[in-house]
Amino acid sequence: MTDTAIQKPVPVTVLTGYLGAGKTTLLNRILSESHGKKYAVIVNEFGEIGIDNDLIVESDEEIYEMNNGCVCCTVRGDLIRVVEGLMRRPGRFDGIIVETTGLADPVPVAQTFFMDDDVRAKTELDAVVALVDAKHLPLRLKDSREAEDQIAFADVVVINKTDLVSPEELAVIEDVVRAINPTARVYKTSRSGVDLARVLDQGAFNLERALENDPHFLDHGHDDHVCGPDCDHDHGHDHHHHAHDHHAHDHHDHDHHDHDHDHDHHHHHHGEMSPIHDVTVKSISLRGGEMNPERFFPWIQKITQTDGPSILRLKGIIAFKGDEERYVVQGVHMIVEGDHQRPWKDGEKRESRLVFIGRDLDVDKIEKSFRACEAQAA
Amino acid sequence: MPTVAPLDLEGHVVAAHFLDDVPFFASAAGTIHRLDGGEKVAEAHQGLLTCIRDPFSATLLTGGEDGKVCRIAKDGTATVVAEAPRKWISVVAGGPQNAVAYAYGKSSFVRQNDGTVKEFAEERSVEGIAFAGKGLRIAAARYNGVSLHWVGTTAPAQDLEWKGAHTGVVFSPDGRFLVTTMQENALHGWKLDGKPGENRHMRMTGYPAKVKSLSWSPKGKWLASSGAPAAIVWPFSSKDGPMGKAPLELGTRANIMVTQVAFHPAEEVLAIGFVDGMILGVRIADSKEALLRRPGKGAITGLSWSANGKLLAFSSEAGDCGVIDISA
Repeated sequence: MTDTAIQKPVPVTVLTGYLGAGKTTLLNRILSESHGKKYAVIVNEFGEIGIDNDLIVESDEEIYEMNNGCVCCTVRGDLIRVVEGLMRRPGRFDGIIVETTGLADPVPVAQTFFMDDDVRAKTELDAVVALVDAKHLPLRLKDSREAEDQIAFADVVVINKTDLVSPEELAVIEDVVRAINPTARVYKTSRSGVDLARVLDQGAFNLERALENDPHFLDHGHDDHVCGPDCDHDHGHDHHHHAHDHHAHDHHDHDHHDHDHDHDHHHHHHGEMSPIHDVTVKSISLRGGEMNPERFFPWIQKITQTDGPSILRLKGIIAFKGDEERYVVQGVHMIVEGDHQRPWKDGEKRESRLVFIGRDLDVDKIEKSFRACEAQAA
Repeated sequence: MPTVAPLDLEGHVVAAHFLDDVPFFASAAGTIHRLDGGEKVAEAHQGLLTCIRDPFSATLLTGGEDGKVCRIAKDGTATVVAEAPRKWISVVAGGPQNAVAYAYGKSSFVRQNDGTVKEFAEERSVEGIAFAGKGLRIAAARYNGVSLHWVGTTAPAQDLEWKGAHTGVVFSPDGRFLVTTMQENALHGWKLDGKPGENRHMRMTGYPAKVKSLSWSPKGKWLASSGAPAAIVWPFSSKDGPMGKAPLELGTRANIMVTQVAFHPAEEVLAIGFVDGMILGVRIADSKEALLRRPGKGAITGLSWSANGKLLAFSSEAGDCGVIDISA
């Protein structure tokens, strides 16, 4: 007899990507390769999925605006229904994959897993994965906002069809992806051949888990840190690389501001510029000292309430003065969640880092107000 | 003290109903279990999503992940009445003259006794259907309201608008009111016999959770609902329904949510099922409570009384079902 009370939340992977980016090929691989796991797949249309499987469910995208019709309170009504049905017999699968249409906004899909109590009680958003067609991305960015939103919102970006572009073109695509979303893990592949272990069961959406899996998660964000399919993000490698990174940080404090060139340029700042002009999403990476919780919490509440519609994602690690534990905070539009993650380690620099990804963000306002939350601020 | 005859089934059980004095239990896997001098099992679906008691006949109606709509007779035989391959059918309703309504995607369908099927397209997905008590008329709950259709005519739908997602719908027994459950933690009601210009809306809010179970008292004076750590019971005896009146809160427990409610067929007594499997019986007149079942393994998913009101069948999310004899 199944005991529903002790079931672990089922991980949900959201697969986004513009038409032709290779979602169907990837889904077919997930459904047919032997990786020892079974997935229930929620698709918009059976379409080209040539696999007959009881666990493929067709569902009409049904966006529900809650309350006042604000974008921050949209959920996918059809997902609530289908997930409820699937979760009545959870023994059938190890995870759920939600495929969205090319033009879909990933936000309501993700918000469903936070805003609906029933869905939230039984499932956990594992990662939002965006497939990008290396060849057509520049065109997509010109003609649609969705392509950009999908990248901006993703935890994992798979740049697909790399065999169709030159190394120079690919480098530009990587820069664009990084500029839109400096916190995503990025993989390059062709024919949707990405290692499935990089896509499924990532624990990437939940920042606490993401940090456990990859302690230097928020330190990523450089053009030189794009991971190829062979890049093993293992700890040894990371540790080494980032130990260096930390070393560097320890030496540049505010007073050395003029010295940090390129490196610092990527961290403190001011909206990464994309090499392609049509990009309207930008990210703001903030770095500060220890924060005063009595200023920080009202600030993050206020900024997510007032600027919520402009904020696609926010992720951060906060050091509070006098607090022995790191505090992680994450958000989608107006939804903000935070919790203590683990004690600060000896010798670990107690600093606060916060990344906003969004549109029409007022960089100066956000940076100034963030600084004003610092414990040492007047 | 009432006696409980347990029935332990495998997995999630979606509903419990009586056909005459025979209790039926419908599992999410698709089996129908019938306690008629011993347990008898019939396979109805490859994955069952909903099972309701047809209010117009002594049968059950089911919908499944296999795209089938079935009618289950008292002897347990399942007859497929409609089929939509590869669609999940989670919404069914029973109407007069053996009519069956079901929905998938953005349409409701009504299959009449002669086998003809009529489709009613909506702009958004249909999440709930109910037949009116009189006349062949359906209400389809959808985003931003409810559409009322006369099945026999081609007249345009009567639209009842209210912003938000409506996930289920019921008519009051006297047909004067229509009430929906919503994605938001609220009910919405419409007064159907209102005069032009009169306020027809009834907002019933304040729930900490979504309302998933509704039950009218025998004469329609009360509407009980789940969605709170007590059964929330709205007064509908006046001509304006519950407007301006506070609901009763029955069977209150600290943090334990009510998941199912079912009024006794003859008396103003409410059976209340909780998320921990406990079941209480509460009398409206004096709020007096009786423990009918101690907490079990999972949330109560279905509660139904036998026609004579002596037996109460319950189903649970964890499969621990049973029949309570309150006359003992």
